[in-house]
Amino acid sequence: MSCMKRLCHETRSHDRLRRTLAVCLRLSRRLLLKMSEERDAAALSGSAQTEGEEDLFVSAMESPEAARLSAEDISPSSNGPKAEPMLLDDDPDDLFAEATEEVSLDSPERQPILSDGPSPVITPVTPVMISSRADVFDRSPDQDEDEEENRDTFDIQISVSDPEKVGDGMNAYMVYKVLTKTSLSIFSRDEVCVKRRFSDFLGLHSKLASKYMHMGYIVPPAPEKSIVGMTKVKVGKEDLSSVEFVEKRRSALERYLLRTVKHPALLKDPDVLQFLESSELPRAVSTQALSGAGILRMVNKAADAVNKMTIKMNESDAWFEEKQQQFENLDVQLRKLHASVESLVCHRKELSVNTASFAKSAAMLGNSEDHTALSRALSQLAEVEEKIDQLHQDQACADFYLISELLGDYVRLITAVKGVFDQRMKTWAKCQDAQVMLQRKREAEAKLQHANKPDKLQQAKDEIREWEGKVQQGERDFEQISKNIRREVGRFEKDRVKDFRVVIIKYLESLVHTQQQMIKYWEAFLPEAKAIA
Amino acid sequence: MTSISEDSDKEKVRSVSVDLNNDASLVIDIPDALCERDKVKFTVHTKTTLSSFQKPEFSVPRQHEEFIWLHDTIVETEEYAGLIIPPAPPKPDFEGPREKMHKLGEGESSMTKEEYAKMKQELEAEYLAVFKKTVQVHEVFLQRLSSHPIFRKDRNFQIFLEYDQDLSVRRKNAKEMFGGFFKNMVKSADEVLISGVKEVDEFFEQEKTFLLDYSSKIKDASAKAEKMTRSHKNVADDYNHISGALNSTAADNNTAFKKTISVCVLQKLEDRVASDQELKLTELLRYYTRDIQAAKDLLYRRARALADNENSNKALDKARLKGKDIAQAEENQKQCLQKFDKLSESGKKELTSFKARRVVAFRKNLIEMTELEIKHAKVRRLKQKCQKSNLKKIDPGPQNQS
Repeated sequence: MSCMKRLCHETRSHDRLRRTLAVCLRLSRRLLLKMSEERDAAALSGSAQTEGEEDLFVSAMESPEAARLSAEDISPSSNGPKAEPMLLDDDPDDLFAEATEEVSLDSPERQPILSDGPSPVITPVTPVMISSRADVFDRSPDQDEDEEENRDTFDIQISVSDPEKVGDGMNAYMVYKVLTKTSLSIFSRDEVCVKRRFSDFLGLHSKLASKYMHMGYIVPPAPEKSIVGMTKVKVGKEDLSSVEFVEKRRSALERYLLRTVKHPALLKDPDVLQFLESSELPRAVSTQALSGAGILRMVNKAADAVNKMTIKMNESDAWFEEKQQQFENLDVQLRKLHASVESLVCHRKELSVNTASFAKSAAMLGNSEDHTALSRALSQLAEVEEKIDQLHQDQACADFYLISELLGDYVRLITAVKGVFDQRMKTWAKCQDAQVMLQRKREAEAKLQHANKPDKLQQAKDEIREWEGKVQQGERDFEQISKNIRREVGRFEKDRVKDFRVVIIKYLESLVHTQQQMIKYWEAFLPEAKAIA
Repeated sequence: MTSISEDSDKEKVRSVSVDLNNDASLVIDIPDALCERDKVKFTVHTKTTLSSFQKPEFSVPRQHEEFIWLHDTIVETEEYAGLIIPPAPPKPDFEGPREKMHKLGEGESSMTKEEYAKMKQELEAEYLAVFKKTVQVHEVFLQRLSSHPIFRKDRNFQIFLEYDQDLSVRRKNAKEMFGGFFKNMVKSADEVLISGVKEVDEFFEQEKTFLLDYSSKIKDASAKAEKMTRSHKNVADDYNHISGALNSTAADNNTAFKKTISVCVLQKLEDRVASDQELKLTELLRYYTRDIQAAKDLLYRRARALADNENSNKALDKARLKGKDIAQAEENQKQCLQKFDKLSESGKKELTSFKARRVVAFRKNLIEMTELEIKHAKVRRLKQKCQKSNLKKIDPGPQNQS
């Protein structure tokens, strides 16, 4: 990785850089492939060798950034047509093509490699929600469908509950009960209950990401892994922090599932349905912290970072530029806000601790006071303060679970949104590269014409046709992803407003409740204080 | 440097310990105070009908050191040994606000205009709070002196109130400070020694046990209350930051989002609660910790007198045995006995009135604190309900995005 970084610094031209990068990528992948062959069960057929992305993973050290992850899914059951676009059949000397190819099929930043799930084969689902930018794309045929979907989409309730510890020692894990209640027709039953563990959730996310991210859909990010937290639970410490950790995770998983099914396309996805319904889910091994996907993810992440730096996109559409800027700002602000709220939670917990200790001290003071009425009043004061301490604690919980977690979720969501924009950039780059290729092929053909080699000429002509096709496909893809992104962003904004509004209302309600209780307690104390004679 | 005048705070802050201005013959208050860098200048205003003063109404500027001088002279006066001497006011502590000001100055360039204005506001509020506290404490000190039948006649006290030139009280130089420190050490050792002396009077025995126990408890309670108010302040600060962050988030987003978010003005309220709580509860406890210490000092002096009395009795007996210096020993013994009796008598009075005073003060402050808490909670509840209903009215439908 460091050699790649060094290469970055020595850029002459973007092309050269990409080529060298591609070489590194390929080499490292080949290496990993060799290693993986010894290890993994669901090894694909030999075609996997040339298809860089379909690599299976290997034991590797997980980089710290890769720790916030989604998973690989190597379940043999989820197969699909070979995901690769035709680019792969290309000339193996064409590092260029393969580089773009490898790079484009990976989702940026967080997503690792694809599953063998079907990718471009899935056609985008027709838009379901009308965003305010309705003038941009045609409305009418979709509109009725939208409203129907709209009505249906929210008729699903998911709850994640009853965390249970299974197993012992370092191999222990928590299993959660996922209960789905719905009246939608795509589900086979009205009420389904399955048991899932954390890596199953991560597996689901990685499948969805690989299928949809590159088309411009915003896939909700899964909750983060936490090695420290989980280890404590595994080791069996039954203390407050591990209980809190499990509760935090449970609620995060619930929110994750709810967000995922809110997305109309994802709701219909077979993987999601399988996750929610089938009683047995193949184990997503590659989500393990110290397992397989580590190096590959790292490689991809580095590749993405480099690409981001080198791809200079000519933005023809001001909307995208403006939105990207907006999301950058929002990201910064939300992070700041999140930090402030976390500090609030911390201080409120402190306040509750201090109030409790004051209550005890006041009680002792009351005991040693020899004036009876004052003594009684002081003891009452101590009781009031104790109750208030409990109130503070509850309030801290509310602060946390409502606001802080929501903000955290949105920070991660915005990362996903930015990822989607990056995908568009990659698609554009792919399109550009195809065009350059085409140009080159045409030049080659022209040269051959002069050199008069008829057999090679035919081949050249074929190649030109092929590349013309690719250029068209690239342009179509770009159009499509741009359209999808507009729609997704619109939906995201609307959801965001709704989410925040709901949460803030709940939070205010909790605050109001706290105040009510406080009033009650103090009003009960007042006559005691007045009674001191 | 900076001088923040107190005319915004002309409102009379009622004293923590008790309403001491009942007697119209000598009414003292501190209506004004100026803060310059390190020094605080209090304006001591006196209204009197007593003939011992030259004018019926006058004001003098005084500094903290002059208060301390007054306290020390009173403590050193032998005659007042049998009285509980009001504790000296603590030095005005502007450390907190000063740090903040420093931070503000440094960070000025890196902050946005609103943040800067907000921090400035916070800073001013804190300065004001510290001011209020220190003015109150100095005022109470003087008022206790003026309401006590014996202290109010003290010559030094009158000079303090009246003399409009600089009292030129020099600060204790190193030797005197060291001397003071040494005296304290000796005193505590002494306390241990004379605690072995048998107590004749039931009343004093009880008082001693009570005061010892109570003083440690109240010190503890005072410390915990301080921690609690500090946590409260932290929470208020956090709300401040959150509202700042919320405003900037709302600034460049679509209006529906903005409306949803510009909701929290909770910070100001929390802050008020924290400072009110502090004023009533924490200050009360702090003051009484000091006062109890003064009561303990009285007990100590009396115990000392008792020990002296015993010693003088023993000396007299010895002298009688030896047959010389009898007259001197007798004289000594008489004096000691006198002193002891006087101390016991006034001590009893003082301690009884001290208890009454304490009970009244606690009652007053607890009632006021409770009423304030209720008021604030109601205000907060009202505000939050309003915000909630405002939010519910906002329809987040698709057409609302701008």
